[in-house]
Amino acid sequence: MMKKYGPAALIVLFLFGLWELVSRIINLPFIFPPPSGVAVRFWELKETLVLDHLPSTLAIILLGLAISIVLGVSLAVWMVMSETAERAFYPLVISSQMIPTIALAPIFIMFFGYGIWSKVVVTVLITFFPITVNTFDGLKSSSRELRELMLTMGGTKKDIFFKVQVPSAKPHFFSGLKVAVTLSVIGAAIGEWLGAQSGLGYFSRRMMTQFDGAAVFAPIVLLSVVGIALFLIVKIMESKSMKWRKLK
Amino acid sequence: MREAVLEFRDVSFSYSGKKPILDQFHLTVHDREFVTIIGASGSGKSTLFRLITGLEQEEAGTIRLNGEAVQSRHGRTGYMPQQDLLMPWRTVLQNAAVPLELAGMKKKEAVEKMTPLLTEFGLSGTEHKYPSELSGGMRQRVSFLRSILTGSNILLLDEPFSALDAITRLSMQEWLLDQWEKREKTILFITHDVNEALFLSDRIFVFQDTPVQSLQEVVVPLERPRTLRAMNDPAVLEMKDRLIDQLRGRGTVR
Repeated sequence: MMKKYGPAALIVLFLFGLWELVSRIINLPFIFPPPSGVAVRFWELKETLVLDHLPSTLAIILLGLAISIVLGVSLAVWMVMSETAERAFYPLVISSQMIPTIALAPIFIMFFGYGIWSKVVVTVLITFFPITVNTFDGLKSSSRELRELMLTMGGTKKDIFFKVQVPSAKPHFFSGLKVAVTLSVIGAAIGEWLGAQSGLGYFSRRMMTQFDGAAVFAPIVLLSVVGIALFLIVKIMESKSMKWRKLK
Repeated sequence: MREAVLEFRDVSFSYSGKKPILDQFHLTVHDREFVTIIGASGSGKSTLFRLITGLEQEEAGTIRLNGEAVQSRHGRTGYMPQQDLLMPWRTVLQNAAVPLELAGMKKKEAVEKMTPLLTEFGLSGTEHKYPSELSGGMRQRVSFLRSILTGSNILLLDEPFSALDAITRLSMQEWLLDQWEKREKTILFITHDVNEALFLSDRIFVFQDTPVQSLQEVVVPLERPRTLRAMNDPAVLEMKDRLIDQLRGRGTVR
């Protein structure tokens, strides 16, 4: 463990040290607080952050991810099943990435108001793409020889889908989900900047207007923890559902 | 003569738009025969298997399996491909059980049916291992077991041992002959290895220039059971030279 992650940990320690040092030299804690200052402020704010603001951000992230998974996987399956659907949607899904989705966020605040749904929509918009495209590519990646072998054994289209295509798609789906999970934290935070009454992103931005640098950083620490935790959960789910992969 | 289990009658076939591979082609294979088809790579010998398994449809003529010319030949033969094509996400037991699963057999029943077979195939103890944990020879055994479990009397083996090392290949060949006799199956075997063809088969068909009308047939002059020593018989050695010449395109068998 130490051997594997040791170098990375050293770099992180070094960077934090450097930050602490530079921050103390500049000595403008309200705009450039040192890590120690952030830690102290985090401790002071822990109840507000964890009990008031974390739940609303977490709700946006989880709802957004859930909707993205349902919609993305359904669309991917549909595109695999029907060539017409593939021709109709695949180019749209790809080119939708040319639109700066984040820049559209204000429109969604206008449409859906200051409640949770405007933020959920932003989260869905940016997590939908990696899930859909990865699942679709995964379903398509199944080996032709294996599908043909299933046919020679009398397998139906349904058998091939569930016994060959779905298992082949799993690793791709999980890679998509890992990307989506990190993006979902960004989506939720940005959504909250633009219009919200609670949430870690909202809190961070409100503290900016008050020139409380350490309190701007404190919720970001928590957002990072959320992102890392979600990522690890996906990783655990991945290795649990694909035991065979560890053997390689 | 035993009854014919596989017949090609006047079969013509070409991949769409390309030069024909079979032209009014004839072939008859009898029950419990071991027949090998040899030919250079790319000669179209795998196309024969694609037609028999129903992955391709003949353009003209009829293909009969066990005396019947059926519409869909899917699920009527046991096919063992060149690469083992085991599913990496399934254990040995789950991989071999695929044909039983497709036939709708209950899991418990399938396990009961397979347990003695796994032992007989030298696979006991590996039931819950994944293919990546097995050697090449073992994987081919699982693949062969899977083709046996289709329950079909006709087995199609497409260069199944070509990826194995020489020693493993020899023992797999002996093992295959043993299984073939025990299970009373008809085997069609594709290879480009003349030695392998001579050691295994009753008859050898040489797949040469397309379009093919009929294959040149060679009857192997060896008794069964066979040993590797019998391969040094002068008649076999002479036949081997002729086959090699023919595969190189200087055929004199005609």
